[in-house]
Amino acid sequence: MTPPHDLEHEAPTRAVSLQAAPGSSHDHLDLDDRRRLLHLMLTTRAIEERGLLLYKQGKVPGSFYDGRGQEATAVGATYALGADDPVCPLIRDMGAHVVKGTSTAGILGQYLGRAGGVSGGREGNVHFGDWHRGVIPMVSMLPDMMVVATGMAMGFRMRGERRCALSFFGDGATSRGDWHEAMNWAAVQQLPVIFVLENNQLAYSTPLTQQFRVNPVERAAGYGMPAVTVDGNDVEAVFDATREARLRALDGGGPTLIEAVTMRMHGHGAHDDAAYVSPEVLAAWQEKDPIVRQAQRLSALGVDVDAVADEVKAEVADALAEALAMPVPDPATILDGLYCESEPQIVGRGDAPWSGHGDEAWGGADA
Amino acid sequence: MPELTYIEAINEALREEMRRDDRVFLMGEDIGAYGGAFKATQGLIDEFGAERVRDTPIAEAAIIGTAVGSAIVGMRPVCEMQFADFVSCGFDQIVNVAGKLHWRSGLAAPITVRLPAGGGVSGGPFHSQNPEAWFMHAPGLKVVAPSTPADAKGLLLAAIRDPNPVIFIEHKALYRRARGEVPAGDYETPLRARVVREGSDLTVIAYGAMVHTALEATQDLDASVEVVDLRCLAPLDTETVLASVRKCSKVLVVDEANEVGAAGAYVAAVIAERAFDDLDGPVRRVAAAQIPIPFAPQLEAATLPDAGRIREACLDLLEY
Repeated sequence: MTPPHDLEHEAPTRAVSLQAAPGSSHDHLDLDDRRRLLHLMLTTRAIEERGLLLYKQGKVPGSFYDGRGQEATAVGATYALGADDPVCPLIRDMGAHVVKGTSTAGILGQYLGRAGGVSGGREGNVHFGDWHRGVIPMVSMLPDMMVVATGMAMGFRMRGERRCALSFFGDGATSRGDWHEAMNWAAVQQLPVIFVLENNQLAYSTPLTQQFRVNPVERAAGYGMPAVTVDGNDVEAVFDATREARLRALDGGGPTLIEAVTMRMHGHGAHDDAAYVSPEVLAAWQEKDPIVRQAQRLSALGVDVDAVADEVKAEVADALAEALAMPVPDPATILDGLYCESEPQIVGRGDAPWSGHGDEAWGGADA
Repeated sequence: MPELTYIEAINEALREEMRRDDRVFLMGEDIGAYGGAFKATQGLIDEFGAERVRDTPIAEAAIIGTAVGSAIVGMRPVCEMQFADFVSCGFDQIVNVAGKLHWRSGLAAPITVRLPAGGGVSGGPFHSQNPEAWFMHAPGLKVVAPSTPADAKGLLLAAIRDPNPVIFIEHKALYRRARGEVPAGDYETPLRARVVREGSDLTVIAYGAMVHTALEATQDLDASVEVVDLRCLAPLDTETVLASVRKCSKVLVVDEANEVGAAGAYVAAVIAERAFDDLDGPVRRVAAAQIPIPFAPQLEAATLPDAGRIREACLDLLEY
C-alpha cells in the first residue's frame, strides 16, 4: 500500500507566508459578534455530526459529506457579507448556509431526503441552497459556481447595485478551466466578487503536490488580482480578510482571492476512511481546531462557552425532531417545475448578523 | 410589411427588445465594434454601448455561466456562441447549471444562448455542426430553431422573454439566403410547430434550413405533401406532429444533423409509439451521415441531406 502523504513536507512552494490578515479583527467585531461566531460554528458542526450519525443509522440515503475542521472558513467569510451579498457554498461550507439563516430543520430534512428539506428530496446532502436567503445551490462540477458568482457580480455592476458575490471552492478546483475563466473574467471586468479558496490539503485523496506546482494564491498576481493567505482555522482572521475584500469590491476595486489554509479532518465522504492521511498530520491539525480556538478566546474574555454549546445542542435537538416528522416527498410530483411557468423570482436577502453592517445594505433584492 | 433577411430579423429583434427592456444585454466574442462573426449584432454597440453589448474573453463556459449569474439577480442575458460548435466548451454550464436549476431549486435562469449552426458553407468539422440534440436530451432547456426571417424575430423575442434557458439555433446558410416579410414591431412566435404547406398524402417533418430543402424537394411531386416546421424542438409540439401524421398516414423526418440520436430520431420514435395504427408505411428518416462534416464541397454535399435524397425518400414512401 502507498504510504500516507506527508502533507506538511510536500507542500508546494509558497512565497506568501501564512499569517493573520492585516488589521485587528477586534476593531470590527464586538463581543456579541465573537460569541455569535462560536455559536454559528458550533451549530455547523452539530448539524454535520447529527447528519453523520443519521447516515450511520441508515437514515440518510446516498452518501454523506461534511466539512469538519473547516467551520471557521465558511462561517468567518460569510459573516462578513451583507444581506444582499449572495454566497455560493461548496461541499465543506455548511457554515455559509447557517450564517445566511437556512433553518437547521430544513438542512436535516435535506439529509433525510424529506419533502420539508431545503430541496424537497430532489437533491441530497450538501446539494442545496436557500436562494430566497441569498444562498445559491451548488453543482458538483468544479468550480462552476465561481463563474456564476462572477456573473452575479456583473449583474450588480450593470444594475448599479452596491453588492458583491462570494464563491467558495477547494484546492482541487483550481486545476479546472472554469477557475481560469472566472479569475480572468472577474479581473478583466474588475467585478465585485470574492473568491475564497479553501486549501484543505486534499482533493479527495490527491495532495497539493499532485494538483499544482505554484500555489493558486501566487497565480492571482498573474491575473492582476490581489490575493491574501489567511489561517483558515481562525474564524476572526477569515472574517477580517473577507471584510476587507468586500470593501474593495463595493468600492470598485474589483475581485480578491483569499486562500484560507485549513485541513479536511474527515474523509472526502463518510465512505472514505482517509487512510492516505498520516495520523500525525491529523493530530497536528486537531491541535488547531477552529472551534476550540474560538472557545478558548472567549473563555479568556469571561464568556460562558458551555452556555453557548448548550443553546446549540437544544436548537439542533428541536430541529431534528422537526426534520424526522417531515413527510417523504410525493413521487407524483417529480415532473413538476422542470420549466418555470411564471415571472421568475430573483435571489433574495439572507441574514447578515455582523454588527458592523449599518445602513449600507442596498436592500433591493426583495423588489 | 418590410422584407428582411434572416440575420436582419435577428438584429431587429435584439435591437427592439433592448429598447423595450433595459434588463436585456448581449455577450459574446467580437459582438461589439465588429458586430459579430456573422454581423448579427452589427450597430447595436452604437445604440446601447459597450456595457450592454459586451465583448468577452474567449471563454464559452464563462459566457454562459456569467449569464446564469446575471439572470438570477435580475438581468436577461443573450449570449452568442461565435459558432454553434464552440458551445461544447460551455456545455457543462448549460446542462448542469442552467438546465437543472429551476427543477432542483425553483430558481429560474432566463438566459438565451444563440448558436449559429449548420453546414453547407464548407466550414469543416468545427464550423458546421448542428448540436441541437445534445440540448434536447438535457432536461430543463428549451431548444428553438427558426427557418424564416419572421420566425427568427418572433421566436427570438419569445426566447428572450421565456423564464427558462433557451438554446436558439440559427442556421448560418439562412442568414443572408432567407429573405421574407417580417412584421414590424413587437410580436412573439409561439414555441409550437407550424404546418408550412398543407397536404394529405405524406408528411415531411423538418426544422431550420431543411424546411426550405423539404419544400423544394416536394414542390413538383405528383402527390399532396404536407410540410411541418417543428420550430421548437424542446419541448416538442407532439400534438401538431401527430395530427399531421394521422392525417397523411405516411411520414418522412428530416435532420441536417448527424443521424444517430438526432432530433428527428426522437420525433420518429414518438410517431412510431403513438401513431403506429395510423401509419400506412414505415417512419422514414433522412439525416447527415454519422461522420464529422467534411470541408470539400463534394464531400460535404455527399454528407448532408439534399432535395434529391428527400425526394427519393418521399417517392419510396408514396409507393406504400
